[in-house]
Amino acid sequence: MELVTPEIGLVFWTTISFLILFFLLAKFAWKPIMGAIDDRERSIEDALLRAEAAKDEMSRLTNENEELLKKTRAERDLILSEAKKLKDQIVAEAKETAQKEGARQIELARIEINNQKNIAMADVKNQVSALSIEIAEKILRKQFEDQGKQDALVADLLKEVKL
Amino acid sequence: MDFSHILKTKKIALSLVLGVFLTFCTCKTFAIQQEEATHEAAKTETEKEFNPSEVILEHIADSHFLHLGGEVSIALPIVLYTDKGLETFSAAKFEHGHADYTGKYYTYRLIKDKVNIVEGADALLPAATVLKLNKKLIDLSITRNVVSMWLSIVILLVIFLSVSSAYKKREGKAPKGLQSFMEPIIMFVRDDIARPNIGYKYQRFMPLLLTIFFFIWVNNLIGLVPFFPGGANLTGNIAVTFVLALITLIIVNINGNKYYWKHIFAPDVPVWLYPIMWPVELVGIISKPFALMIRLFANITAGHIIVLSLISLIFVFKSAYVSVVSVPFVVFMDVLELLVAALQAFIFTLLTALFIGTAIEEHHH
Repeated sequence: MELVTPEIGLVFWTTISFLILFFLLAKFAWKPIMGAIDDRERSIEDALLRAEAAKDEMSRLTNENEELLKKTRAERDLILSEAKKLKDQIVAEAKETAQKEGARQIELARIEINNQKNIAMADVKNQVSALSIEIAEKILRKQFEDQGKQDALVADLLKEVKL
Repeated sequence: MDFSHILKTKKIALSLVLGVFLTFCTCKTFAIQQEEATHEAAKTETEKEFNPSEVILEHIADSHFLHLGGEVSIALPIVLYTDKGLETFSAAKFEHGHADYTGKYYTYRLIKDKVNIVEGADALLPAATVLKLNKKLIDLSITRNVVSMWLSIVILLVIFLSVSSAYKKREGKAPKGLQSFMEPIIMFVRDDIARPNIGYKYQRFMPLLLTIFFFIWVNNLIGLVPFFPGGANLTGNIAVTFVLALITLIIVNINGNKYYWKHIFAPDVPVWLYPIMWPVELVGIISKPFALMIRLFANITAGHIIVLSLISLIFVFKSAYVSVVSVPFVVFMDVLELLVAALQAFIFTLLTALFIGTAIEEHHH
């Protein structure tokens, strides 16, 4: 019976001590501890949410980049093919123009050559005739250097003249 | 509420099996040793008879002396509140119960470590208890249990004030050292005791639940230490569990909402049953904390009694060889008591949380 009879003294001291302990711990230990734990939990949760959001943003950006890249690549291909086409066209055009120009040049040259040839031929003819005359004159002069021959010739000529 | 996972734990199952097995073993050894003991007893009848129940009860009960070891003990101050006034003196004045002490108002005698007033030749008036009040003598002495409790309070304050300052110093960082040891326990009280039983209003009751949990746990552990500064049996004292249960009773009932009171005074039964229901419900209010008080007291006291009985066996049989049996048992019991120390703190806190939870629960009919 003694064992299960609460003694007033211990009841008294337990009540006082426990209440003092409770208020001390509540004010100086539990409040800051629970506050700190709650704060930390909240900050961890926030950080996790933010990380999730950042991940989403990141994947969105990556997708966007990829799409952009794809589009750019297509555009580049298009530009390249257009440029090639243009180049081919220009080359072809240039070839054609060059051919035409060459033909025209050749024609002009031919005409010029002909003209020059004709001029040269005419010149040569003139020269030949002048030379012939000069040679003939020189021959004649040689033939008629002595009187005898002149006379013989005159005689011949006179003989031919028949009146 | 499902506690089956506690019973399913492998270790507990193992210790139960071991316990049952060892019980059978002891029965046999008891039988053998009892035979030996009768021979021994015949030889040493002249020696002073060893009375284990006296020794055990002396260890379980409160005392005005702080036993240090051997014959050395510190006499603690005695504080008496009598009808004529307050009286304080040292317990050493009693000379271990061999002498009476005449104070200012009365003459006092120490019988079985309890202070009595000597009235006349052989008439004694014991100090008042909760069950038997008298106005003449109230014993408010600083006893062994009070000293032990103050020690536990100092330990708790040192631990938790340093943990709390660690939280301030290392704000937003991971816990470290003692702080990281205490945090999971605090989180356990919050997430496994308070939150599931009380609900979203749990934060208001966290300080009380944490204080109760750690107070009971630390005192259970100090109670397991057999020598100074332990040696007291604080949580195995009904006065302490009485106060703790009383606090639970008060907290539960001042926080009870209208649904709680309606459930007690206007339950969903025919009106003519109310006269039956009211006493039943009122008994229910008292019996819940009463069960708390008895459970903690009985569990801790029982553990102490078993350990002391096992030790007493050595002296009952007057043979050191008995220690071969009883010491392993004592070790086993001590380890079990370590578990019980935490378990009882957990159960007391859990049930307190549960009672608070039912008192503040919102009903949506």
